[in-house]
Amino acid sequence: MKISGAEAVIRCLLAEGVDLVYGYPGGAIMPVYDELYKFQDQLHHVLVRHEQGAAHAAQGFARATGKVGVAIATSGPGATNLVTGIADAQIDSTPMVCITGQVGKHLLGSDAFQETDIIGISTPVTKWNYQITEADEIPEIMAKAFYIARSGRPGPVLVDITKNAQFDTLDFSYKKCTDIRSYHPKPVLKINKVQEAAEIINNAKKPMIIFGQGIILSQAEAELKALIEKSGIPAAWTILGLSALPTEHELNVGMVGMHGNYGPNILTNECDVLIALGMRFDDRVTGNLATYAKQAKVIHFEIDPAEIDKNVKTEVAVLADLKEALTALLPLIEKNSHEEWHNEFKKKYEIELDAVINEELAPTNGKGISMGETIEMINKHSKGDAIMVSDVGQHQMFTCRYSKFNQTKSNVTSGGLGTMGFALPAAIGAKMGRPDREVVAIIGDGGFQMNIQELGTIYQTKVPVKIVVLNNEFLGMVRQWQELFFDYRYASTVMVNPNFCAIAEGYYIKARKVTKREELDEAIAEMMASKDSYFLEVMVEKENNVFPMIPTGASVSDIRLS
Amino acid sequence: MEENKTFTISVYSENNVGLLNRISGIFLKRHINILSLNVSESEIENVSRFVIVVDTTEKWVQNIVGQIEKQIEVIKAFYHVDEETIFLESALFKIASNLLFDERQIQNIIKESHSEIVTVSRDFFVISKSGRRSEIEELHAKLKPFGIMQFVRSGRISVSKEKMEVTSLLLEELKS
Repeated sequence: MKISGAEAVIRCLLAEGVDLVYGYPGGAIMPVYDELYKFQDQLHHVLVRHEQGAAHAAQGFARATGKVGVAIATSGPGATNLVTGIADAQIDSTPMVCITGQVGKHLLGSDAFQETDIIGISTPVTKWNYQITEADEIPEIMAKAFYIARSGRPGPVLVDITKNAQFDTLDFSYKKCTDIRSYHPKPVLKINKVQEAAEIINNAKKPMIIFGQGIILSQAEAELKALIEKSGIPAAWTILGLSALPTEHELNVGMVGMHGNYGPNILTNECDVLIALGMRFDDRVTGNLATYAKQAKVIHFEIDPAEIDKNVKTEVAVLADLKEALTALLPLIEKNSHEEWHNEFKKKYEIELDAVINEELAPTNGKGISMGETIEMINKHSKGDAIMVSDVGQHQMFTCRYSKFNQTKSNVTSGGLGTMGFALPAAIGAKMGRPDREVVAIIGDGGFQMNIQELGTIYQTKVPVKIVVLNNEFLGMVRQWQELFFDYRYASTVMVNPNFCAIAEGYYIKARKVTKREELDEAIAEMMASKDSYFLEVMVEKENNVFPMIPTGASVSDIRLS
Repeated sequence: MEENKTFTISVYSENNVGLLNRISGIFLKRHINILSLNVSESEIENVSRFVIVVDTTEKWVQNIVGQIEKQIEVIKAFYHVDEETIFLESALFKIASNLLFDERQIQNIIKESHSEIVTVSRDFFVISKSGRRSEIEELHAKLKPFGIMQFVRSGRISVSKEKMEVTSLLLEELKS
């Protein structure tokens, strides 16, 4: 039976188990939208207010569910508006398929209306991309797109479809892609490497684990927990690894990196064995590489061969899917407790508690509400069961430092790219993907205004996300750097803000503003109890800083507490 | 700091329109100038071979080869230093025909350089020379005083002395 290319696109999505897509229509993608209309009982399309919102919503969906997120846009500006989200998904290894319309094949290269070379533009920021110019290519390319997006180290794929290919007909049959001869997403685990790693770990006196998103992507949370409990090795996390291990776990020693915890940063340079699990030694994690963990034997468990020895030289590299590798490692690990070594982390935590945390979570200095105490108050009401979606800046660091998590896939944030404007649309995607969970977006007054239009999507879809804007009337993180490194010259970081509650109310979203500490508890209780979406603006102390901090280019041992 | 060296990167890949863009982007991101680039068929049917010459450190070339191999359509990538490869470049020189008769030493230059005359017409003749860069440069220097109408030199082509395991990789794939 012959069907149109556009219908084939929908049938491919259904065959891949997709029931939710985010997008925005336009000329070159209209045939696909016409089919979306016909298939609306099987495939739900969420109309966003800007294509960037579609990309971030698809990311939020993917991060909260582990499934592939899908975003659809038209050619030209529709496609280019997706690019920030695609770049974000690429650097944070998020599985996503973007479908863009393109001018007809006969017009390609002619500077036609809304023509842009989205393949050229998206090449550096996609795991794979392809331009379909004939209808009969659709099933095979769509199958490849989903396979590539989700397999190995996941990432974004863009499929650009010319208008003629959407209109033309084809004999449709769909076969899922399971193999591409030039692509080896899952390296074959070398057991001798696991044995070498186990021997070093068993002989270690002061071992330390740093885990990243690889644990979450390979669903190795249980194996990670079993490993640290058997070996007694303290485990720290990168920002994208957060929530893979419950925050309250005895051996969870906190975050590494620029605004991470004091202990794991300092002790990175004192451990004798550093076990990196599904993380990539980003510069925000390592600080100055020349002085990073030089004393330690580094063991790197990683699925992507290009990450091995890229930044940090390894003693043993175990190239494999994390779940498979940890399953093989576990029986080889000797039971241990490393109590004395673990105490070092506790001692360092006491120092951080005194110097930073206590004051942040319960300010005594007469200053206004802090971001940390707001997060702590959300913890009190969420009991650690919410999905926290943060934007980028100071509030993001406070969210990651102080949120409590009981479950995995609960910390959704723009890590690698640091995309302001990420959280509002990502929270929409996360909530739609996990309607059973509470989703709280934590956003600064700057980032909120970068995709504020998605309030419209929230109103139209009635998706019950909770939005907290921590308003310090500054671009806070940049201001902090200006204070510390640019002698208080606040160049373009002062924000004169509108009435945010009135804007939220303009979208018929219940809104409340908190200016006094005494109101915070009750306001958050009200927000969390709300069945509908809810907007909460919290006026926070204007010039608070995030500490600890490793200044750019400094060593992890030079972490500052103030 | 590690010192820069000349590396020849060999990439076996599917024959794909966008791949050259993807690969060149990896060099662009790191500000590495590609000294020469050649794309051709390889010994394996429907598999393309890129030969890319760069001047960089071993650490960077390792990283780059890793990032090239990561591209979906790349089957395998290798890197070698000059001593590990047999390589050459080709050049064409277009010269006015009258010089062949007016300037007798040109004939000797051609003979001594082991180059060959590809074509001779009333107005011009064309010399082809294959070999090391230095040999081509030497010939260029010798011919220059007489006037060269056009000159072009190809990218490096090279084969490695050691075996590059690509065929077996693909055969295994086909079997499984």
